[in-house]
Formats: sequence, C-alpha cells, structure tokens
Amino acid sequence: MSAPKTLFEKVWERHEVVPETADTPAVLYIDLHLVHEVTSPQAFSLLREKGLKVRRTDRTLATMDHSTPTDPAEIAGRVPIKVKSAAQQIQQLETNCSEFDVELLNLNSAQRGIVHVVGPELGATQPGKTIVCGDSHTATHGAFGALAFGIGTTEVGHVLATQCLLQRRPRTLAITVDGKLAEGVTAKDLILAIIGKIGVAGGTGQVIEYRGTAIESLCMDGRMTVCNMSIEAGARAGMIAPDETTFAYLKGRPKAPQGSDWDKAVAEWRNLRSDPGARYDREVQINGSDLEPMITYGTHPGMVMPIGGRVPDQSNDPVFMKSLAYMGLNPNEQLLGKPIQVAFIGSCTNARLSDLELAAKVMKGKRVAPGVRALVVPGSQQIKREAEQLGLDKIFLEAGAEWRESGCSMCIGMNGDTVASGQYAVSTSNRNFEGRQGAGARTLLASPATAAASAIRGCVTDPRTII
Amino acid sequence: MEPIHSIFSRTVVLPYSDIDTDQIIPARFLTTTTKAGLGQHAFSNWRYNTDGSNKSDFILNQSSAQGCQILVAGNNFGCGSSREHAPWALLDFGFRAVISTEIADIFRSNSLKNGLLPLVIDKENHAWLIANPGAQVEINLETSSLSLPNGKQVKFNIEGFARYCLLNGVDELGFLMNQLDQIKQYEQERA
Repeated sequence: MSAPKTLFEKVWERHEVVPETADTPAVLYIDLHLVHEVTSPQAFSLLREKGLKVRRTDRTLATMDHSTPTDPAEIAGRVPIKVKSAAQQIQQLETNCSEFDVELLNLNSAQRGIVHVVGPELGATQPGKTIVCGDSHTATHGAFGALAFGIGTTEVGHVLATQCLLQRRPRTLAITVDGKLAEGVTAKDLILAIIGKIGVAGGTGQVIEYRGTAIESLCMDGRMTVCNMSIEAGARAGMIAPDETTFAYLKGRPKAPQGSDWDKAVAEWRNLRSDPGARYDREVQINGSDLEPMITYGTHPGMVMPIGGRVPDQSNDPVFMKSLAYMGLNPNEQLLGKPIQVAFIGSCTNARLSDLELAAKVMKGKRVAPGVRALVVPGSQQIKREAEQLGLDKIFLEAGAEWRESGCSMCIGMNGDTVASGQYAVSTSNRNFEGRQGAGARTLLASPATAAASAIRGCVTDPRTII
Repeated sequence: MEPIHSIFSRTVVLPYSDIDTDQIIPARFLTTTTKAGLGQHAFSNWRYNTDGSNKSDFILNQSSAQGCQILVAGNNFGCGSSREHAPWALLDFGFRAVISTEIADIFRSNSLKNGLLPLVIDKENHAWLIANPGAQVEINLETSSLSLPNGKQVKFNIEGFARYCLLNGVDELGFLMNQLDQIKQYEQERA
C-alpha cells in the first residue's frame, strides 16, 4: 500500500511531466490557463518575437476585468472607457486573442466578469485541475480542490507556449477550522482571522489545505472567499477537498463534464481528499465557534481585529506607527462608530451572488447614510443578471447605493473607481495596502454584511446589531 | 538576459517590513502593454507629492541613493500581487538586487526571471545592513555569498536552477521548449 497522501500531493503528482531533481525544478502540466488584459500583453509580445503559437488554445480562456470600467452602460452594448491607456490595453487583448485564437469573454460578452468569478461560474474550474493565471488571487479556484496559483507575466508566456511551468514543490500547511460560525460571522471573517493568526508571511512557500467542520459547512461562494485570500497569508495556494457541495455547484455548468463524463468525473473527484494519516509540513487549529466579525485597521490584511476591538498599542514599533499614521488611527482606538465615506461591495473575494444577497438583506428597506458612497459591483455579468432576477438591484438602488457593471472596480483602483485621499472605505476586497484603492485611500477590509451595515449607519458598524 | 556573476554597490535602505507590490508600483501604472519606462513610477506614492514634485525626505530622492544597485528592505518584501511590473520597475530604476529576511514567493520568482537578485539572509546580518545604509557590499552569485564591509561573509540561497540560468544568462523558456516531446507524451498518456 502506498503512503497516505495529502490532497495537494495527489494533484501535484498527477501533473508532473518531469519530477523535480536536485538540479532542476519539476515540469508541471497546467490544465487551465486564465488570461486577463493587465498581465498578458508582454507575454503575447514574447510569443510574437519568438514566432511561437499558443500551444493549447483549448486550455486557455481570457476575460477582461482589471482595467475595465464598471459604469452603467450608457448605450446598450457600449461601455465607456475613461482611461486612454486602459482602452488600449483592452484593445490589445482583443487583438492578441484574435491573432492567437484564444477564447475571449470581451466587453460585449454576457459571460464576462472577474477572472476568478467566471472560471468557476462556467464550470471551467474543476477538482484536481492545475490552474494558473497572471493574478495572485488565482488561489480562489482551490475551493474546488484544484491546485491554483498566481504567476508572473514571464510564466504566462511559458504556459502559453508550452502549457507547462517549472516549479519547485511547495510545502504543505493544514489549517483545520472546527466548530460552527456564529450568526453574522462569514467566510470573510474566518479568512481574516486566519491571516491575523498566521501573519501575512505565515504561508510563504506553502500550499494551505483548509479543512474541518466549519470549512465543510461553507457554500462554494464562501469557500472561494477563504481560498481567495490565501495569498494574503503569503501562501502559494489554498485548497479545499471537493465534496457534494462542490459537485452540486458544478453540475450542468457549460464547461463542466456532461452526461456519462460527469459520472466518471465525479467518481474520480471523490478520491481527491487527503488520506487518513497523510502528513503536512505544518498544522494549525482554529475554533470556528469563537470567531467574530473581523475588520482591518492597518495597511496589510494581517493587521486585523474583531470588530468590537481596539487598535493594538505597539507604539514602540515605527513600522506599525507609520501604518497607523497612514490610516489616521491611534493605538487603543475603537473602530466601531468611526465615520466612513465609502462602502465597497465587490471584488473576486466577495462579489458572488450570496455576498450580494447578504448585503441586500442588511440594506433592504433602509437608506445609505448621507455623505456615504456605497458601490455594489457584481463579480460577473451573470451574477448581475441573477441578482436582478432576485430584485437585489432594486434593494440597493432604493437604499441609495450604486449598482454597477461587473469588474475589479475599487479593489484595484485602475479603472476609474477609486477612493479619494484620506477617505475611509469599508471594503469587501482583499487588500488594504497603502494606496490600493487610490492614493491616500484608507481601506478597512470586512465582510459584505459589515460593509452594508456600515453604509447604512455611516460609520463602522457590527452587522449583528442591524440584521 | 545578460549573465550575472557579481554586483558591487552601495546599499539603499527601506527599513519597513511587508513592502507590498502596490508600493513598488501602484496599479494605476499597470495599463501599459510594454515593460519599458516603469522605473519612473517605482514607489510612486512614496516618492512624489500629488503635484508630481519629489518628496525630498524620501530616501530614493536623496543624492546618497543615486547609483545604488542594491535595495535592503524589511521582512517579507514584495508581498501582494503577481505583477511582474514590480521587478521591471525596480530594474528600470537601477536596482539589480533586493536583500531581505523573507521575500514573497511570486515576487521572488518574477525577479529571478528578469535578473533582479532576490537575496534572503539571516536576521543578524540583515539588521546590520538596515543599521548601516550606504554600506558598500559585494554580492557573489558564483559562491552565493554577500561580503559586508565589516568583514562578514553572508551566505544566501538561490534555487539551483534559477542560479544556473542567471550565471549563464539563459532563460527558462528554452529549457521548457526542450521538454516538448515529454509534454506531448504526457498529454497522450492522460488523454
């Protein structure tokens, strides 16, 4: 009998074209390569320079999301692009995909959206696959038991040309979350608490497997939120073993296996779990029942606390104090009640249907506080349509929030959606780095429930006091 | 890529931990479709006032930093996004190496592919470098060692294959292209 293996080991070993040696990294086969406009132009230029083709167009899927505007379409089928260089970049992706015969979900596509939302939504993301994209939040797809990680543009070129990457095998970290999340505590609060515990470099060089009863009870949207932020703990990837929840989500999606292929696939996918006795390089335990809604107070996602907490006092640490100075906060200060100017509900972390439903539940029949701009940006055009069928758009609009076209929007601030200098934004995105949402912007990362509740009250609010 | 054997330079120090890729190059400069000219935007939010003028108190704007090819930074340098624009910007600015106690995975991988040396060293010697900005040091890639002006020889570890590529000025794509027969065979066996 072979030695017990972790989920990661099973997926990794299945994709070794050539195993690693002391002298050379493994040649790792990539099943699905997702491409977007920002990190691909120089890779396509390289192919052109070297006279190469995209080797497996059937394993390559492109969309546009980062630099695309989310303004409501003023004229049907025409979305205004304010930033000239962004318009050129979007046009370049059109040209590249057409020239290299890559499937592209362009601005007119009913299927377009944030790359990490559309992959799963189309059923292209599947258990056991290796998935890469020139984007660090590619870890999102690990929610399906895929090995998914972000790569740079040079590596985008490698995958386009060969469908493979040179990789050293990462170490493994098991994070077991048992217990049951309390009412008002979401997958976002869970992953923020995990990052707070292991730190922003706690996962460097490692692939995290999230396991335990609190993980198993999450829906796919929640699992994607958790895996999405693995990179914020420095990890290469995050994975969750596929189960009935995963299969039910994928069944019938356009790019998922159909008919008898489906049954065969599910039978294989059922083996994609860590064997009893499998060993990890490191293990961390968390009691999910103890968790509370979380909010960040600093300039990286590890600077996080329960929403009712006080900013820690580390006044002898100049780096910590530099961060607080940027945020305009003081040690021992409470965030509850702190006036905000922006609430952003969106991004590859929290712009799926259940995220929007949660925000709508909080905002229904209420009004966004005066002086607060609330922006709701669905993760894809399909989610936008699904939300509209449920009437969520009306709830947001009647509350005084903006209802936008899909895209990365205010998470990355390179598409016209930004937070002004000095403003506080409660944001459901993934990064509170200095300037991330705009030069001088002060980001407080939190769940969709917290963002919606804070929009209504006009200040940082515990969502449990408003639902 | 030009082969790299050694780098002899003064250091410039950014004594902050967790310097993320949004600081190295803010996202608003990522709408480019080339690699050229990103150095002018390196650390843009720290380097320039909102009117575009230099912030005189920022180290990279000071005369002592001019010509320095080695950046010493706090722990966990390069965390955040996968944007290769970060090493492109640092190289275009004139840096050829970054030294820290920990360097984020994707940034490290991107740096190696562009000839920016990401060096992880021990805490004690790193603390010395942080405390001695402008130190004249020598990085020797052949011996994987860093010579400090206090006489210390500090070992660093760069993954063997990446080091081979850097020393010989070869890129990884050529190596991968040579594996195409095995890649095809793998595809046939799995299909």
